[in-house]
Amino acid sequence: MNAALPVLSCCDLCYRVGDAQLLQGINLGVHCGETLGIVGPNGSGKSTLLKLLANLRVPGGGEVLLHGQPLKKMSQRTIAQNLAVVEQHADTHDAIAVFDAVALGRTPWLSALSPWSAKDTAIVEQALADVDASHLRSRTWRNLSGGERQRVHIARALAQRPQILLLDEPTNHLDIQHQLAILKTVHALPVTTLIALHDLNQALSCDRLAILQRGRLMALGKPLEVLTPQRLLNTFGVQAHYLTDPFDGTQILRLSSF
Amino acid sequence: MTARLIFTFSACAALLLAVLAGVAIGETQIEPGVVLQVLANKLWGAGHVLDPIDEGIVWNYRLTRALVAAACGAGLATCGVVLQSLLRNPLADPYLLGISAGASTGAVLVAVLGLGAGAISLSAGAFVGAISAFALVLLLARASGPTGASAQIILAGIAGSQLFNAITAFLITKSASSEQARGIMFWLLGNLSGVRWPSVWLAVPVTLAGLAVCLWHRRALDAFTFGADSAASLGIPVRRVQLLLIGCAALVTAVMVSIVGSIGFVGLVIPHAVRLLAGTGHGRLLPASALGGALFLIAADILSRTLIKGQVIPVGVVTALVGAPVFALILVGRRHTR
Repeated sequence: MNAALPVLSCCDLCYRVGDAQLLQGINLGVHCGETLGIVGPNGSGKSTLLKLLANLRVPGGGEVLLHGQPLKKMSQRTIAQNLAVVEQHADTHDAIAVFDAVALGRTPWLSALSPWSAKDTAIVEQALADVDASHLRSRTWRNLSGGERQRVHIARALAQRPQILLLDEPTNHLDIQHQLAILKTVHALPVTTLIALHDLNQALSCDRLAILQRGRLMALGKPLEVLTPQRLLNTFGVQAHYLTDPFDGTQILRLSSF
Repeated sequence: MTARLIFTFSACAALLLAVLAGVAIGETQIEPGVVLQVLANKLWGAGHVLDPIDEGIVWNYRLTRALVAAACGAGLATCGVVLQSLLRNPLADPYLLGISAGASTGAVLVAVLGLGAGAISLSAGAFVGAISAFALVLLLARASGPTGASAQIILAGIAGSQLFNAITAFLITKSASSEQARGIMFWLLGNLSGVRWPSVWLAVPVTLAGLAVCLWHRRALDAFTFGADSAASLGIPVRRVQLLLIGCAALVTAVMVSIVGSIGFVGLVIPHAVRLLAGTGHGRLLPASALGGALFLIAADILSRTLIKGQVIPVGVVTALVGAPVFALILVGRRHTR
């Protein structure tokens, strides 16, 4: 695979609902193996961008390219074999067992000719182990806490064995231990990752960051280069300065309102 | 694999027993031995000498009734499973899409106003009415929101049902004689007494075909567990699957309604009850619900014929009388299994 060619990219991407222009002229590319964080205030279009990149919505203008090929010319199944999504709000009132919920991730790989096999079971077990949820295997969905559900969702996405993983605020409902554990897992995965994040300090650990504001891409680059105090003031309306961790020299953002 | 074989075998056995019960039990006392002899005569020409009236009752009247009840129950339960899964709403049932209301309007137009001048049967009128109502509901759902939004389809279905029910009531009040009104009412509540062999040859293949189509898409139905977006991200062509399966459910329901009128509660209760036993995976849920629906409706039909001596209660009344309390029990039980 050509490392220089982005695995997933979009050019001049636009999306509107009624009169509201949710996204406008977005150009970005994700390179093989990198973790691209997407940050921005509420309503800046993070979730919409992820939905367009996963072909869950049809763009009003522009196009998305997967390995250089237009997404709209691919079958949904082919897309799902390459790319998995963890949505922000995905719930069910079915009494589905955790193992079965994760097993749904194998859907794009199964057909009448290639039914469920021991290999699929192994992949599901591995996915459960990756998010530290093996012990939940036979629990029922509605008995899970918010954080446990989120981990199961991520396991389902991992069971798809995707090359690209799109995560919409995956740490949202988690306690701090599991937030850090999930981020560590995500960073360690041998996949290309797009991750929408709220916590800017967590976003600093991404390889690159895309900053969205009112549906436009304001900046794209290395975290410390794009998350400047001036831009944080303009985009998020907060005052910010960097501190240095005396233990390992890492930069930490300290944020405050006026 | 062996579990599947055992299920298939017990399903066939249960179905066979239920049909036999449906054939053996009724107003006229017929000995079980005679029943078996009739079946033997008809199926492989055993040549027993029997009363032709008994033979007629068993073969043309009770057996057809039991078979249509089985097909109908299985078909409605299957449609209920599919609609509840696709629309992500536990209240969805085959009549939600305006199908039964449209069927009644079609039937009334034929029966009361004489539309088609005798060339169209009541059933054909009901079928056309059902499909037209469904088309109208789909158009309304489409005009009112993004495609595939389940709330839109449900709301449009409710609006459509109310409209067509009102038209039916209006037509009956305005034009029907009291005898016609009584006949229509009976049919509206579900009526298996008119069925003969042609109905069997329509109902059974349609149900089997519907079940086969749904089973073929069982993984797609599973993928809808977390909603349409989630299904799409799992590689399901959401719009195509929704159109195909909802259209299929509408067609099966329309055929059933045109044969036996609208029998409520089967499509709602059976899937919920079976989910408790068979789990949520559609590979098991669909055949188990079909079996449950078939058994339930055969039993309901037997009850409807025997509950009051000398009278047949509309089968829809029986399904609701039994179904509503069962549904209540399921609701309460579900809360406790939490």
